[in-house]
Amino acid sequence: MVLRSLKNCLWLSCVLRTPKACFWSTASGGLIIQSVSNDVYQNLAVEDWIHDHMDLEKQQVLFLWRNSPAVVIGRHQNPWQECNLRLLRQKNIKLARRRSGGGTVYHDLGNINLTFFTTRKKYERMENLKLVVRALKALRPQLDVHVTDRYDILLDRQYKISGTAAKLGRTSAYHHCTLLCNADKLVLSSVLKSPFKGLKSNATPSVPAVVKNLFEEDPSLTSEMLLDAIAKEYAVQHQIDHHVTLINPADETLLPGISDKTKELQTWEWVYGKTPKFSISTSFNMVYKDSVLDVKVNMDVKHGRIEVCNIDLPEHWLPPGLYTELVKSLTGSKFCPNETTALVTTLPRVCPQDDELHNRWSLLCENMIRLM
Amino acid sequence: VCIHRVRSCSSIRFIKSKYVCVFDKSALKFSHQQRLFRTSAVSCGQIVQFKLSDIGEGITEVTVKEWYIKEGDSVSQFDSICEVQSDKASVTITSRYDGIIRKLHYSIDDIAFVGKPLVDIEIDASKGVASEEDVVETPPMSHEEHTHQEIKGHKTLATPAVRRLAMENNIKLSEVVGTGKDNRILKEDILNYLAKQTGAILPPSPKAEIVPPQRKAEAVPAAPKDKARKIPVPVSRPIAFAGKDRTEPVTGFQKAMVKTMSAALKIPHFGYSDEIDLTQLVQLREELKPLAEIRGVKLSFMPFFIKAASLGLLQYPILNASLDENCQNVTFKASHNIGVAMDTEQGLIVPNVKNVQSLGSAGQLGTSDLTGGTFTLSNIGTIGGTYAKPVILPPEVAIGALGKIQVLPRFNSKGEVFKAQIMNVSWSADHRIIDGATMARFSNLWKSYLENPALMLLDLK
Repeated sequence: MVLRSLKNCLWLSCVLRTPKACFWSTASGGLIIQSVSNDVYQNLAVEDWIHDHMDLEKQQVLFLWRNSPAVVIGRHQNPWQECNLRLLRQKNIKLARRRSGGGTVYHDLGNINLTFFTTRKKYERMENLKLVVRALKALRPQLDVHVTDRYDILLDRQYKISGTAAKLGRTSAYHHCTLLCNADKLVLSSVLKSPFKGLKSNATPSVPAVVKNLFEEDPSLTSEMLLDAIAKEYAVQHQIDHHVTLINPADETLLPGISDKTKELQTWEWVYGKTPKFSISTSFNMVYKDSVLDVKVNMDVKHGRIEVCNIDLPEHWLPPGLYTELVKSLTGSKFCPNETTALVTTLPRVCPQDDELHNRWSLLCENMIRLM
Repeated sequence: VCIHRVRSCSSIRFIKSKYVCVFDKSALKFSHQQRLFRTSAVSCGQIVQFKLSDIGEGITEVTVKEWYIKEGDSVSQFDSICEVQSDKASVTITSRYDGIIRKLHYSIDDIAFVGKPLVDIEIDASKGVASEEDVVETPPMSHEEHTHQEIKGHKTLATPAVRRLAMENNIKLSEVVGTGKDNRILKEDILNYLAKQTGAILPPSPKAEIVPPQRKAEAVPAAPKDKARKIPVPVSRPIAFAGKDRTEPVTGFQKAMVKTMSAALKIPHFGYSDEIDLTQLVQLREELKPLAEIRGVKLSFMPFFIKAASLGLLQYPILNASLDENCQNVTFKASHNIGVAMDTEQGLIVPNVKNVQSLGSAGQLGTSDLTGGTFTLSNIGTIGGTYAKPVILPPEVAIGALGKIQVLPRFNSKGEVFKAQIMNVSWSADHRIIDGATMARFSNLWKSYLENPALMLLDLK
């Protein structure tokens, strides 16, 4: 396999071919590119960029990428429902929402991502997955891997090693899938378990599956080997040179507009705000002095913001004015711990300075924030 | 295909001929007015049922997940209409027509069927209709040079309205740079081009000048040896078409700030400012920085400012007090919970020194870190500025804003000019219980600690 750097390829093509045809147009029907970045937002932005800007009529593209630890939810999913957000924040694992459908995945460097770009007409997921299976079998003929009709790849007929999702636009489409080589299964299972109770939503739910790393089946396998095998098979399929071009997703010159796309993917409005409408009906216990209070909370959240908020507290536990103030302030506010923390610590400034009152307020608010 | 379209166009024209005349000329000269014409003309267009086209893979039904438009909105060809999902695939449905959305056939989470109507669009009769096979780009309407341009081997994308505008003004589409999606040429691009021709003052997009028009499958040739190549700076579209006012509700944290600041300005503020010579402190910090780094601590000036303030408050405890609502009682707070005002994504938060050392992101701060402050320092100097008029954060009675440190010439005791590190501080205090003299004396004491850091060691308990 020959890995050529971007500059080489560009310079060569500029010299050997006509001036206008450059990096993106190779001689034949396919192009294999690999990202040098492990940033999930940058890599997702590259997918967007290719989807929006490349003419896939003459050549199809295979994009290979890996991310440092991140949880990626599908376009129409609910992050509160799909993963343990508190754990993600504690472990500094990023949360991203991709533009394709499907379920939630955990990414780390042991989980590789493959994106197959084609025109809308040539969109064909089964063919792509069969290509992956062929590549795996060519590498390790003894591997028992096959594609299911749910577009999963199973190992030994029981363990999921790959999940699929797709995005279709007006003229182009892409199908991407993961491949578990050597991901941290412990972290995977703990972050993909949501502690949320009482959440009702029409968001796409994920279908949990038992997973296994290919590394566990054959410890001689590495992510690099898998990427190479798949690139090779793709090259054979498309009758092109088996060489992989590296691209830097931060290169604005090569990918004009990519930094805007990267930024958009990181905004709160995209990651959380695109969650379909949902409602929460839950309760928590508050231990205060010698009593235990059972507090019921009901909320409707739309576009990630609290539309309706009801907190069922014993009467006069908080002065009614303050209670109303809390509910009024939460309404319209983001369902977000940072935003709520800022809000609930600022409101008491204009209240009577009473320690007892402030303690109750803090206790209640901390519990509310813990929900988010 | 061409003949087919002419036939269908002419049949429409026949029915609506008198209205077509009105639209043809005047509407096209002024693009923004054109929209007005369209939206206000209710009964002039023909309602077309835009059907959900084939998704592929034999899929017959999808779930509608999000609408990008609503009834009454006007759309252009290729604008996104909605997002549907089918079996792990998310599909963006784009409009085939220019027109106004008259009816949405489905609500969110409904199942939509391929081949059945998705939305009803009222199309402007004179604009014409795209062909039924549309899944890829629609071919242009006529074979005239203006409307069917090939730029560097690729077709230009432009809606029929834009093509007509170009034609009316004798503009070759090949000379216009498209700034829309897929490098589509928009009305604004035509008008920009026109403005440039007539010398109107419109800031040209650097992208258009420096980089050759980019089409699909063609990136900027990066010739590392070519020094003349400039790097295009992505710039927003020319200001002439900035758009309309935008109203957003005041929610969440902003609401809380409204209340706080309204209450704050009921406090009669007075200000007192001074200049601090931090030359010695800067030197001290330079000496201590490497030692702090070994301990994994990034040493800023803040700890010195806070310590000095705390020592000052011991001498002038009224600055660490709180006045009750009725101005009946003053409570002298025992604990010096000195807050440091921080600008975050959420807005202004003031964690107080109980946990100032774990400041990293606001995300790590709990409610107890952010409440109970008794005195605040605001380091606005990190952003810039020298003087400020800070607003007291109730229920506190004083606040200090620290300007940036500047290197300025000053005279020393021998009358020589030397390089001094000067920072300005602007205090505000509650004049109901604090008088100018108290504030001035506190400030002088604080200043003396910072100008002679060794003094802080002397007064440490």
